[in-house]
Amino acid sequence: MTHFIEVGKLEDIPQLGSRVISTVAGDVAVFRTSDDEVFALKDSCPHQGGPLSQGIVHGKKVTCPLHNWVIQLEDGEVIAPDEGCAAKYPVKVENNIVFVQL
Amino acid sequence: MKEKLVLVGNGMAGVRTLEELLKIAPEKYDITVFGAEPYGNYNRILLSPVLAGEKSLDEIMLNDEQWYKDNDIALIKGKKVVGIDRKKKTVTSEDGTTSSYDRLLLSTGSNPFMIPIPGIDTPGVISFRDVYDVDQMLDASKKHKHAVVIGGGLLGLEAANGLMLQGMHVTVVHLSDTLMDRQMDSVSGNMLKTSLEQRGLQFLMEHSTEAIIGDDRVTAVRFKNGVEIAADIVVMAVGIQPNIALAESAGIYSERGIVVDDTMQTYDPTIYAVGECVQHRGSTYGLVAPLFEQAKVCANHLAEYGIGRYQGSVTSTKLKVTGIDLFSAGDFNGDEHSEELVMKDVSRGIYKKIVIKDNKISGAVMYGDTVDGAWYFQLLRDETDISDIRDNLLFGQAHLGDSGHGGHNLASQMSDATEVCGCNGVCKGEITKAITTKGLFTLDDVRAHTKASASCGSCTGLVEQIIASTLGGDYSAASNVKSICKCTEHTHEEIQTAVKAHKLTSYRAVIKHMDWNTPDGCHACRPALNYYALAAWPAEAVDDPQSRYINERVHANIQKDGTYSVVPRIWGGVTNPKELRAIADVADKYKVPTVKITGGQRIDLLGVKKQDLPLMWKDLNDSGMVSGHAYGKSLRTVKTCVGKEHCRFGTQYSMALGIKIEQLTWGSWMPHKYKIAVSGCPRNCAEATIKDFGVVAVDSGYELHVGGNGGIKVRATDLLCKVTSEEEVIEYCNAFTQMYREQAHYLERTAPWIERVGLSYVKAHVVEDQANRKKLSQRFIESQSYVQKDPWAERTTGDFQKHQFVTLKEVS
Repeated sequence: MTHFIEVGKLEDIPQLGSRVISTVAGDVAVFRTSDDEVFALKDSCPHQGGPLSQGIVHGKKVTCPLHNWVIQLEDGEVIAPDEGCAAKYPVKVENNIVFVQL
Repeated sequence: MKEKLVLVGNGMAGVRTLEELLKIAPEKYDITVFGAEPYGNYNRILLSPVLAGEKSLDEIMLNDEQWYKDNDIALIKGKKVVGIDRKKKTVTSEDGTTSSYDRLLLSTGSNPFMIPIPGIDTPGVISFRDVYDVDQMLDASKKHKHAVVIGGGLLGLEAANGLMLQGMHVTVVHLSDTLMDRQMDSVSGNMLKTSLEQRGLQFLMEHSTEAIIGDDRVTAVRFKNGVEIAADIVVMAVGIQPNIALAESAGIYSERGIVVDDTMQTYDPTIYAVGECVQHRGSTYGLVAPLFEQAKVCANHLAEYGIGRYQGSVTSTKLKVTGIDLFSAGDFNGDEHSEELVMKDVSRGIYKKIVIKDNKISGAVMYGDTVDGAWYFQLLRDETDISDIRDNLLFGQAHLGDSGHGGHNLASQMSDATEVCGCNGVCKGEITKAITTKGLFTLDDVRAHTKASASCGSCTGLVEQIIASTLGGDYSAASNVKSICKCTEHTHEEIQTAVKAHKLTSYRAVIKHMDWNTPDGCHACRPALNYYALAAWPAEAVDDPQSRYINERVHANIQKDGTYSVVPRIWGGVTNPKELRAIADVADKYKVPTVKITGGQRIDLLGVKKQDLPLMWKDLNDSGMVSGHAYGKSLRTVKTCVGKEHCRFGTQYSMALGIKIEQLTWGSWMPHKYKIAVSGCPRNCAEATIKDFGVVAVDSGYELHVGGNGGIKVRATDLLCKVTSEEEVIEYCNAFTQMYREQAHYLERTAPWIERVGLSYVKAHVVEDQANRKKLSQRFIESQSYVQKDPWAERTTGDFQKHQFVTLKEVS
């Protein structure tokens, strides 16, 4: 079990936006909602690998920029009737610092 | 403690209301459902295929018993409710089961109408309404030979077809001289009759039934003219009537049906009603689409959201007999004030009639080729003025411009393996299978589940045709009042009006002002709202990058592998060695894998990593080049031909004019991408007649063309007008562009916009009204003064939007 890694400040991520952490195992997208909740998913849509970090964030969902699949930020599940799941990573925010467990 | 909701009637309308309710207020009620039939909720529309042996009961189940369990709904099946006590708020079934309610929903459906003639109670006389009736018919078809179907309407013909396929000898008896006379005129009715006769059905037209003969069982049917024919079973299919017995016994006000208001509430405020048992604004409905619209509205009020009104439906009809395409909608017979456009080609089996009143379609009936049914129906419901397209109306939507991709227009003749949707590779068989196995009813459902017509949309007509022929008489297109997305009930027009009237300058302001049901919209509405605010309030509105699609957020085109493309602006398609060298240098320096000449006379650098974008832009900026907006809902290119500068045929300086126009129009945000071209003579080498705004120079001046499209469906432009000077070209270009910017729906190109509002309307505002043209042009110029900043230059100096291009952290 790896530990939480500090990735940046909350305000580094735009509200209703996303930033990318690059890792040896591929990119991870870190999302911030309009009420400042933060989620992290593998930056790859279960459909055709589109970069979710580039999508439009709305509520607790993100829409993939390639073919408009909608993915839930909380668990990475794709909204029906499409099917699939993007890997999720635990996140915590302490004193405005964002930590992700990779 | 949850409130109690009781549903009486376990059919499609009632259960659909519960589904809609569970979506928006899953925890609000303890729900109990009473159903007279011993099943879950099945798809009554598909009883005809069950009778025809094409489907089994299991295949047409919409909600099996597990669904009720999963949603904590108590299903009391096989028990008919016989009483409502409105004082105690209870319902009681025939075996004495009593259930109390806070809210009651009645969805008691309809009963088949049985003609009151001697012998109507004889065994062997069957209606066609539920699974029990179908079982009786199937059973009879195994033991007997002669079937008589009384009623040559939609239901009667479907029953007759089914019984014939089960091997029976079937005679259809009809009172008038035209089959389906509530949907067909005499010409199409006769074509239908001929086609059904060829399949083996027999008809007795203009025959009125006098009595049904038989003691223990039916033996014959006798008519008023004395004729008698043998019959082993008689199917009564002359019509249905709303089942209001229960409501009436409880004193709930009913006329032909249970009377409801626009919220689906009855005269008792705790009791709602939906479906075929309902009478709304004097009308009753027997087709599924209106019932589903009612269900949605009713659920909203049961959830106490209190928004949404049911305002009645216009319906259209299709027959669910395999291999027969017919369509009918509205007032297809017309009257002394209407006129008709008719096309009849008997040997091809094609007939189309459009009834027109005051330049609007008031009805249509089609036989054989029905691909344009959905389009006519749309024009009918939108009350579109058709004078501008009248000359091509009968030939169909594909002939408005010149036809493009596709070419198939007879869904019934396509095999299951024929590809319908070329974008997503969906075949006809996959669509019909999804419709029946997944219980889909609308175009939106089919798009969500199969992706057919969900990308470019050019096969929408075909997909609608397939839905219609699979679901038959019960299909009708979705409501004509379309909300912008699922976050709201509001339409594009309502939003555009509110943005202007209430000075809403951001998507947040719109969402707040107009009561969105989501916290921050969705990927469909937010870019639209952001655009509407910017278009209406160019000086005041604040652009929100997070409400823009990625391409407009980072000013480059995302590619399938997550890389981007860079297209510098090449004014009027005219370049020089310095610019070409600069492009070659960045291509080398940043190892650009693909360099491509675009269709818009520019150069595309493909496969660029996101973090390299600002660096490349800087280098291009340094050589005097700026963003080409090849990524945006914005002005793309102004394509030109060589023109009088060099060409021996050129009549005007097309390159210089094109460059001038591009310098005035670049940077403007639009509802959709927008392309301009300038040709120097009528040979039109710049292909100006398939652009949003096209200029074709002639010796005496300039022809101005609008609304062209070279994409999915090729559409040649309409001629707007002819002018004599470059100054006029520019004023008209500004004015037309601004009118499109202010009035079109987001993501609506000029071609469908003009087809929606009519060329005459555009001409009236841009050509005939000089004062308005000058105002439009002025507004465009003012708007341009805020946006003509090179987005590349803004992002290569300082930290503006820098976070879009760098990673948050690198973890090794």
